[in-house]
Amino acid sequence: MGYQVAADQGVALEAPVGRGASDRRGKISAFLAPKRKTRLALLLGAPMLWLVVAYLGSLGVLFASAFWTTDSFTGAVVHSYSLDNLREVYTQPLYRTVAVRTISVALLVTVLDALIAFPMAFYMSKVARPGIRQLLVVAVLTPLWASYLVKAYAWRSLLAPHGPLSWVAGGYTPGYGLAATVITLTYLWLPYMVIPIYAGFERVPRSLLEASSDLGASPYRTIRSVILPMVFPAIAAGSIFTFSLTLGDYIAVGIVGGKTQMLANVIYGQLVTANNQPLAAALATIPLIAIVLYLLLMRRTGALENV
Amino acid sequence: MRVTLGRVGTALAATAVAAVVVACSSSSKSSSPAQGASGQKPPSVPMASSVGAGEGALNIIAWAGYAESGQNDPKVDWVHPFEQQTGCKVNVKIGNTSDEMVQLMRTGQYDGVSASGDATLRLIYAGDVAPVNTDLVPNYKTISAFLKNGKWNSVDGQMYGIPHGWGANLLMWNPSSVTGTQDSWAAVFDKSDQYKGKVTAYDSPIYIADAALYLMATQPNLGIKDPYSLTSAQLDAAVALLEKQKANISEYWADYTKEVQAFESGTSVIGTTWQVIANTINGGAKTKVKTVLPKEGSTGWSDTWMISSKAKHPNCMYKWMDYIVSPSVNAQVAEYFGEAPAQTLACQHTSDKTFCQTYHALDQSYSNQLHYWTTPQKQCVNGGGSDCTDYAQWVTKWQQIKG
Repeated sequence: MGYQVAADQGVALEAPVGRGASDRRGKISAFLAPKRKTRLALLLGAPMLWLVVAYLGSLGVLFASAFWTTDSFTGAVVHSYSLDNLREVYTQPLYRTVAVRTISVALLVTVLDALIAFPMAFYMSKVARPGIRQLLVVAVLTPLWASYLVKAYAWRSLLAPHGPLSWVAGGYTPGYGLAATVITLTYLWLPYMVIPIYAGFERVPRSLLEASSDLGASPYRTIRSVILPMVFPAIAAGSIFTFSLTLGDYIAVGIVGGKTQMLANVIYGQLVTANNQPLAAALATIPLIAIVLYLLLMRRTGALENV
Repeated sequence: MRVTLGRVGTALAATAVAAVVVACSSSSKSSSPAQGASGQKPPSVPMASSVGAGEGALNIIAWAGYAESGQNDPKVDWVHPFEQQTGCKVNVKIGNTSDEMVQLMRTGQYDGVSASGDATLRLIYAGDVAPVNTDLVPNYKTISAFLKNGKWNSVDGQMYGIPHGWGANLLMWNPSSVTGTQDSWAAVFDKSDQYKGKVTAYDSPIYIADAALYLMATQPNLGIKDPYSLTSAQLDAAVALLEKQKANISEYWADYTKEVQAFESGTSVIGTTWQVIANTINGGAKTKVKTVLPKEGSTGWSDTWMISSKAKHPNCMYKWMDYIVSPSVNAQVAEYFGEAPAQTLACQHTSDKTFCQTYHALDQSYSNQLHYWTTPQKQCVNGGGSDCTDYAQWVTKWQQIKG
């Protein structure tokens, strides 16, 4: 209503200057006013176009190329339809092994991050004094300012046979391999888990915890019956980051992974080394399916509705 | 509201699909002219007959360190003198891998490339590069004879580029952990369990050729004639050897700083290397290493400057090809990059007078022990038939080895 009043005033004020232009504007407003759907379409048109063309469109081109083949010698893409790439991807034991390994690492990293982030976020939100709290938030976020490569190489030094970690752990170090990869990725993605959970805790009123305690609940019971149900959507939101980021990672495993490889290494190898874009595209369907399944699973738990 | 949004979405999606279809159909027209080129003659591309005045510009794809203009080190600059001499303004695009270089050349936007042997044949057979008239490159005459008319840079006696420099993959070890003198690749294959968890290897499908080379010497009954021409059975034998080796591998290396660090920290004590890596390690204080060209011979690389078949500045490219192998410039590049110069006269211009000895630049017998990286293809070399395995199969096998 306020908008209409303003518009009327505008018309009145501009009337002597340019009657025709404001007339047209007025007509457009009058035309659009009752048509909520058209207005919405005009409003959302541009971002939707971006989403569909730039984002889904590029994905579409990628997966369309999974049905093509390459000339075995020159590596040029041949546009003839074939299911061979997808068949190869889903029947070769190699790709199954690597896919299972990658998804397991992604789940493990997610669980570890959740286990570390939960008490951290709880302390930051509910225990720490405001000054300390801000300091902790900054501390969690600071590593995001450093280059990914610097952090991965730092872990390479930390995990070295006579490196700081083995010195602290009395000569023991996991060495370079799958364990080192999990540790490094857990470290790298931790902020993406801490921040959502911290935000989730901010929405849990302190009074609820006190009420729970007043009613005789043990701390464990409070966590299980009061905190967890309220914070779970935040954990789920964080887990989507850690899970999908791990699925796509191929650099950390190259630096600390020793001789192991993950799915993204295989995709990279087919795309860049073998110059076989169609097979790489077919391989890329594996992480995509994994992510979609993960999101559906999250939706079933109801976690996505409150994020 | 939901309905409208859905309709808008559908309409947009339809537009996007239409756009994609258009994009696909237009790109299919530009696909390579050499369909199924394996074993056939390269497409006929005209060769230059004279070099005229420069066109004022030059766009090249090069390995890092091959076309320095003082950006990384003000003292290392041979691009600006070239620009002053010829008036050709040089634009350098760094290619990180052979495959990236092939893809960049296919865009047709570049005049030339410094291609390794695992890219050259693909470029030749796809018609991406033109044969080179070596008469138009005066400095070609004094290039090491063993680099001319190689099977990685020529077809039927016709050169497709100008050799730039070469190097060998060597066996390197840390004498404080590995006792005795090494002279055989057996140390990283059949006898690698002595160094369990401390062996390193090059992380590329082309490394399969190193195993094939070893099998060539140790298992003659497999009948391997060339480490890059392997039948399925021979490839499987090489893969089996590498799978056995994997149990003793600490990690594979792809970029050379990783190997330097692995030897300095002691996570690797023996494995394949390049001369420049050994020099880097021995130049530091942390550890000392030794290298050898094992008695079985070795694999190596040999890079070639090639001219695009669609070059917009062919005169400048010819001038560049002559310039980069001129004695003093070739010496600078070789010393900066750490490889043997192709130009024999370059040895008189190196700042380190023993450089050519260290890199065996003029040593033909050393070079003869090398099998330069070549793209594996269906057509076997030496008339061995057409049942060999191609590079795509090697990539898949390499991924299987890594598991």
